[in-house]
Amino acid sequence: GSAQGSGAMGGSASLIPRDLLGEYQELTFLSKQEILLAYKRFSELLPKEERENACSARVPKSQILTLPELRANPFQQRICHVFSTSETEDDSMSFEDFLDMLSVFSDSATSDIKSYYAFRIFDFDNDGILDRSDLEQLVNCLTGQGEGSRLSSAEMEQLIQNILEESDIDKDGTINLAEFQHVVSRSPDF
Amino acid sequence: DGSDDNEEGSAVENEENAKGTDKGKKRATPRTRRAHARGRDRHGDEDDEDDEGGMRRAGPRRHRSRRRGRAAGNETGDSDMEPTKARKNQANQESKEDDEEDEDEKGGKSGKGKNEKKGDKKSDKKGKKEKANKKKKDKKKSGSGSDSESEEEPITEEELAKLKEEVEEKKKLIATLRNKPWKMKKKLSVLKEAQLFVEKFEGALGKGKGKKFYAYKVMMTKKWMKFQRDFENFKTACIPWEMKIKEIESHFGSSVASYFIFLRWMYGINMILFGLTFGLVMVPEALMGKPYGSLPRKTVPRAEEATAMNFATLWDFSGFAQYSVLFYGYYNNQRTIGWLKFRMPLSYFLVGVGSIGYSFMIVTRTMAKNANDDGGGDDTSFNFSWKMFTSWDYLIGNPETADNKFASITTSFKEAIVEEQESRKEENIHLTRFLRVLANFLALCTLAGSGYLIFFVVRRSQQFALEGLENYGWWERNEVNTVMSLLGMFCPTLFDVISSLENYHPRIALRWQLGRIFALFLGNLYTFIIALMDEINLKARYFLPFTMFDRLLGNTEALQSLEEEKIVKYNMTIWEASLYNGTIPENSTAPPIQVDPADVPRGPCWETMVGQEFVRLTVSDMMTTYITILIGDFLRAVFVRFFNYCWCWDLEYGFPSYSEFDISGNVLGLIFNQGMIWMGSFYAPCLPAINVFRLHTSMYLQCWAVMCCNVPQERVFKASRSNNFYMAMLLFILFLSTLPAVYTIVSIPPSFDCGPFSGKTRMFEVISETLEHDFPSWFGKVFGYASNPGLILPFILLMVLSIYYLNATSKSYKEANLELKKKLQSVRIEN
Repeated sequence: GSAQGSGAMGGSASLIPRDLLGEYQELTFLSKQEILLAYKRFSELLPKEERENACSARVPKSQILTLPELRANPFQQRICHVFSTSETEDDSMSFEDFLDMLSVFSDSATSDIKSYYAFRIFDFDNDGILDRSDLEQLVNCLTGQGEGSRLSSAEMEQLIQNILEESDIDKDGTINLAEFQHVVSRSPDF
Repeated sequence: DGSDDNEEGSAVENEENAKGTDKGKKRATPRTRRAHARGRDRHGDEDDEDDEGGMRRAGPRRHRSRRRGRAAGNETGDSDMEPTKARKNQANQESKEDDEEDEDEKGGKSGKGKNEKKGDKKSDKKGKKEKANKKKKDKKKSGSGSDSESEEEPITEEELAKLKEEVEEKKKLIATLRNKPWKMKKKLSVLKEAQLFVEKFEGALGKGKGKKFYAYKVMMTKKWMKFQRDFENFKTACIPWEMKIKEIESHFGSSVASYFIFLRWMYGINMILFGLTFGLVMVPEALMGKPYGSLPRKTVPRAEEATAMNFATLWDFSGFAQYSVLFYGYYNNQRTIGWLKFRMPLSYFLVGVGSIGYSFMIVTRTMAKNANDDGGGDDTSFNFSWKMFTSWDYLIGNPETADNKFASITTSFKEAIVEEQESRKEENIHLTRFLRVLANFLALCTLAGSGYLIFFVVRRSQQFALEGLENYGWWERNEVNTVMSLLGMFCPTLFDVISSLENYHPRIALRWQLGRIFALFLGNLYTFIIALMDEINLKARYFLPFTMFDRLLGNTEALQSLEEEKIVKYNMTIWEASLYNGTIPENSTAPPIQVDPADVPRGPCWETMVGQEFVRLTVSDMMTTYITILIGDFLRAVFVRFFNYCWCWDLEYGFPSYSEFDISGNVLGLIFNQGMIWMGSFYAPCLPAINVFRLHTSMYLQCWAVMCCNVPQERVFKASRSNNFYMAMLLFILFLSTLPAVYTIVSIPPSFDCGPFSGKTRMFEVISETLEHDFPSWFGKVFGYASNPGLILPFILLMVLSIYYLNATSKSYKEANLELKKKLQSVRIEN
C-alpha cells in the first residue's frame, strides 16, 4: 500500500485518542502521520453516517477494492481475504485490519513478516502449503485476464516444473512456508 | 527518603487498586485517576497515565462485543491476578457492571460512554491471556503471589531476580510485537497485558535495594523510548518529496522511481557537503577575513575593472565572481583570522579532505547496507521462483501501467521457458555471438569517435585562445562545453540502438548500456582534463604549472614552470622597486608607499582557473539537461498530442510517439555530475552550493516532466532498490575524481600569490604548521612516529590479511549452507 506521507491531520487527529495512537505505533511499522492518513482514507470509504465511528466500523470488500492501490492489483481478492478478521467470512475489513495490511506492506516492515503474509496471499486454497493448483492460479493471476496473454497448458506445466525444481528443497512436490521464505529472502526484488 | 518510600508504596498500592478495580469496572475510573495524580510525582506520571489511560479509554474503540467468554474469564483470571485487598471491591462492583452492561446493550453498539466496552476488552484480554501465555501464567501466579505478600514482607533476592527476568522478557515481547504475524486485536491484547505486567512489577521491583536508582532508570528508559519514537516520526515527516515519488512509483513502477530516490539521496549528500564548505570556509572568510579590496588577491585588476560587473562576465564566473569567496584565489594565507582566531588555511584543508572522506564513507556504507539486503548473494539463483513470487510491483496503482506489467510478465515467463529449453540446445548460438561481437565493435567505434571529436574541438579552442577570444562569437567560446554535453546526449541513444542487436534480458542489457555510457563519459572526462591542462598552459603564457600529465608525458616544459614562477617573482620585486624611484631598499626603514591593490601585478593562479572551468562545465551541463527535457520531452509530447489530428500516420503509436523516461542516461548523468563536483570543490568552494541548487530544481522539473510527458515503459522490469550497480559506479567515480585533488595536495606547490596556502611549498604543510603552533610538543612527536612508513606498511599488510581471512570464512559458510540443504533433502527422503 502506498498510503504514506504527510497527510492532513486536521480533524482526524481528534478521532483517534492519543494513547491508542501510541499503541498502534508500537504494534505496526507505521509512523504517526501514516496512521492518521490511513484513518482519513479509511473513513472516506465509509458512508457519511458511519464516519464518526470509523474505528469500529467495517468496510465491505467492494469498497476496499475501490482504493487505487488495490484496484490494479491482481491479488486484490486474496489480500482482502487474508487481512480480514470478519466473522461472517465476507472479507470486510475494519480499521485495524486496514492498519495491519498497511503495516505489512510498508517499507519498514521486516522481510520475515512480509514473506509470511505473501505466503498466505499466494495460498489460494488456504491449506498452508503451495501445491500445484495454487501455483497455477498464481500464474494465471500474473498473466492478466486477457485471453491472449495466458500461458498454454504445456508452458504452464514446464513453468511449474521449473519452479518446483528450484524451490522445493525437500522434494515433496509442494512449497511450504520455510522453503518459500528461503527463496524469497534471497531475492533482491522482494 | 521516607516520603519517597511512602510515595512509592502508595503508588504501587494505587496501581494495584487500579488494576483490581479497573478490570471491567467503570465507576473506578475517576477514583483511580485521582489516585494516580495523588500517588506519584509529576515525572513518572505522564507515561504511566498514557498507558493507564490507554487501557481505560481504548474501551469504546473496540468494535466487537464478545461477552460470552467474559463471565468465565473474569472468575478465573481475576482470582489469579487480584491481590487480596481488591477482591472485595471486585465482588461489589461486578454486580454494578452487570447492570451497566445491560444498559449498554440497550444503548446500542456505537461507542457512547467512555468505558462501555472495557468489560469486553478485558474479557478478550483474559481469553487471549489464557491462550497465549499458558506457560507464563504459572510464573505470574507465583509473581503475583509474592507481590501480594510484598506489601507485608520484603521480597527475597531470588524472587527479585526472577521477577526482573520476567519483566525483561515482557519488555522484549513488547518490542518485537509488531513483528508477529498476528491480528491487531490479538496484538493489542497481548501488548496491554504485557504492559500491565511490566508496570505492576516494576513498581514492586523498586522496593528492593537501590530502588530509587532503579525507578529512575525505568523512568529514563521510558522517556528515551518515547523520545525515540517521536524522533522517528519527525524524521519520516522531514523526508522531502515523498508524495511526489510515491505518485511516480504508482504510475511508472519502481525502476523509474529508483532514479528519483537516487536523486534525493544525492541531494542529501550535497547538502552536507554544502554545509561544510559554506559554514566552515565561505562564511568565516566573508565575516572575519579581510574585506574585498584590501589585498591584491582580493581585488579585480585594474585592466578588468570596466567589465567586472557585466552579466556576461558574471555568468562566465570572472570579474567580481572570480574575486570573491566563491573561488580558491580569494582566500588569504594568514594563519588565523578575526577575533575568534579562526584557522582559515587549516579549515580549508580539512574541509577539502573531510568532504572526500565523508563521501567515501557514506557511499561505502550504503553499498554495505544494500549488500545485506541482497541476502548475501547465494550461489543459486531462483530464476523462475523469483519471477513468480516477486515480479508483481505492488506500487503500481494505475490500470494502464498494470496492463503493461501483465504483458511484460507474460512475455518474461514465455521467454524464460523458451530460454530454458533452448539452453539445452546449441542452436544459433553462433549467430547470437556474432551479432554481439558486432555490437561491441560498433560501440567501440562510437567511443573512439567521440574521444577524437573532443580532442579536435579542444585543439581548435586552443587556437582560438592564441588568436584572442574577442574575435569569436558565443559558439567558439563555448565549443568544448557544448560539444561534450551534446555527445553525452546523443551517444547513449546510439548505444541503445546498437544494443537491440544483442538481444539480452533487459536487466543485462541495461548493465551493458550503463557500462558503455560509463566508458564514454570517462573517455570524455579524461580527454577534457588533458585538454584543460594544455589550455591552462597556453592561456597563462608566462607560467606553466607542474602538472601530473606533463610529467606523464615526460614534458620538459614542466621543469620550466618553477623557473617561470621565479621570473614572475623577480619581475614583481622590480616593479615594487620602481615605486621607490629606482632604489631597492635593503631594509624596511622607508615608509611603505600606498598602492591601490588593483594596480599590483598578479601572479598566476591556476587553482582558481581550474575551479572556474569546473563551475562553467557544471552550469552548462545543467542548462543542457533542462533544455533537453524541455525540447526532447515536452515539445515532442506537445507535437505528438496536437499534430496527431492532422498527420498521415498515428503519431502516438508510430514514430515519434511519447518518450519513455531514460533511466540509465539520467542516472549516469547524475553520477558524472557528482564526479565533477568532487573534483572541483577543492578549488571552488561554491560548487556544492551550485549543485544543491541544481539538484533541487532538477527534482521538480523532472518530476513534472515525467508525469506530464512520459509514458510507462513497455518492458516494465523492476529495478531493485538494492541495486548495487549504481553504487559501485559512484564509488569508482568518487575514487577517480579525488585522485587529481589528492595529487595536487601532495605533490604540487600552491600558487605563490593566491589562496590560503600561498607561500608554502606543499599544501599539506598546513597540518605540520598547526601541530607546531597549536598542539603540545609531545603530540607532534607522537604524530611523527605514527606516520612513519615502518608503522604504516605492517598496518596495510594486516588489513590485506584480514580481507583474505574474511573471504575464506565466507566461502566456508557458503559450503556449509550447501551441506545443510543436502541434509534436509536426505532427511526428507528418509522419512
